[in-house]
Amino acid sequence: MIIQKQFISGLASRKMRIDKRGQDEFRDITIETGVIAKAEGSARVKIGKTEVIAGVKMGVGTPFPDRPDEGVLMIGAEFSPIASPDFEKGPPAEDAIELARVVDRGIRESGAIDMKKLCIKEKEKTWMVFVDIHILNHAGNLIDAAGLASIAALLTAKMPEYDEEAGTVSYEKKHKKLPMKFKPVPITVFKMSDSLFLDPNLEEEDVTSVSLTVTTKDDGNIVALQKGGSQSLSLEEIEKAFELSLKKGAEIRKLLEKHI
Amino acid sequence: MKEFKREDGRKVDELRPVVIKVGVIEQADGSALVSMGKTTAIAAVYGPRSMHPKHKQVSDRAVLQTFYLMAPFSTNERVRPGPSRRSQEISKVTREALEPAVFLDEFPKTGIDVFIDIIQADAGTRTAGINAASVALADAGIPMRDLVAAVAAGRIEEHFVLDLGGKEEEVTKCDIPVAYMPRKKQITLLQMDGDLSPEETKEVIKTAIKGCEILYEKQKQALREKWVR
Repeated sequence: MIIQKQFISGLASRKMRIDKRGQDEFRDITIETGVIAKAEGSARVKIGKTEVIAGVKMGVGTPFPDRPDEGVLMIGAEFSPIASPDFEKGPPAEDAIELARVVDRGIRESGAIDMKKLCIKEKEKTWMVFVDIHILNHAGNLIDAAGLASIAALLTAKMPEYDEEAGTVSYEKKHKKLPMKFKPVPITVFKMSDSLFLDPNLEEEDVTSVSLTVTTKDDGNIVALQKGGSQSLSLEEIEKAFELSLKKGAEIRKLLEKHI
Repeated sequence: MKEFKREDGRKVDELRPVVIKVGVIEQADGSALVSMGKTTAIAAVYGPRSMHPKHKQVSDRAVLQTFYLMAPFSTNERVRPGPSRRSQEISKVTREALEPAVFLDEFPKTGIDVFIDIIQADAGTRTAGINAASVALADAGIPMRDLVAAVAAGRIEEHFVLDLGGKEEEVTKCDIPVAYMPRKKQITLLQMDGDLSPEETKEVIKTAIKGCEILYEKQKQALREKWVR
């Protein structure tokens, strides 16, 4: 293990990678939508051997008092023990909580969903949108895979019908799309041997000690940032990370458009 | 251009009134209180001591653990006691903001525990907590590469605004907390909520860094007052 770590760091110092990828090159990305019939929206995203499913469920509830005319969005993540020998059962650990909150911030802050259109009756009734992220196989770069799966699931979701008189939700009839405005995409930049790379595989993630997740939206604005890891970054490295994420985010957004 | 007025009359690049007290918890190995305006954080450091839980022990370095907690009475609406998703995330990013500064390999197999209690919250609690924790670690005599200073900045109308307070958090186009080691010019915490161009985002980060440099001097001053005679 130590020998492999030294090998990967050694390669990284020459800007090379164990699987011969370029510094800003992703593994193959596949996006499939509508993979869960019972969910309002769903997507399975594979990045190399990493595999993630995001599912959207909806219900009717009460709006938050400070946002009486808006919908409610909740994003959660489950690192199921099926996905890695390192995942344990039990309530979500720190990494799962952080992942869900970073994905949440990107979607919320970008205004990806037109929340006002989800309100049924001010102060009383609104649509609640739940996005749940399920990791199926952990082979590195979970935040990017989870973020992509979540937005793909939301973009292809169909709303159930609400019968106002009976106060019931019918999941049999779904036709209307969610009111979506933007496609935020998180890209995580990570540092190995003083160089910046994209899309770490599991072996590379073990070597890296600092990363920066940059979520960008359609107009090139940044909507969320999250530094991770036990080391630090310089301002120059952060600027470089912005450039890398903007460019790759735009590429992935094009890929996403083919599925919606 | 019309003069821009902040809700509390501060200049755009002015911090809220800062109070730093060192050695406020008699039982702790190191401690500090940091107030930034109406936000008050108390940090206490215990360790290096034997690692709990033991299975987290690491053979060649100390393990830094951070615990961020908001007192139930610290906000308008009571905070439910116990860990929340928010507090667990803040504990994690706080640890990662401090780790780059601490020489952990000097104390193999031990644990260093940092407890941060927010007793009053009025925006910027994670950064106040990091400021207090950094001073508390130094007060505990733990060897460090540098102190870590932290503050958030934002953008209100056309202005880059330092140290968002109170209601400013609701009107800013972005909220970017930054933690910084001035001597090394290294950023140890960076988060953002908002919607801003990359160029403007960089300017907000630079605004926060300037604030960190001012706080850094205040941190050193507070430590000197306790330790240098």
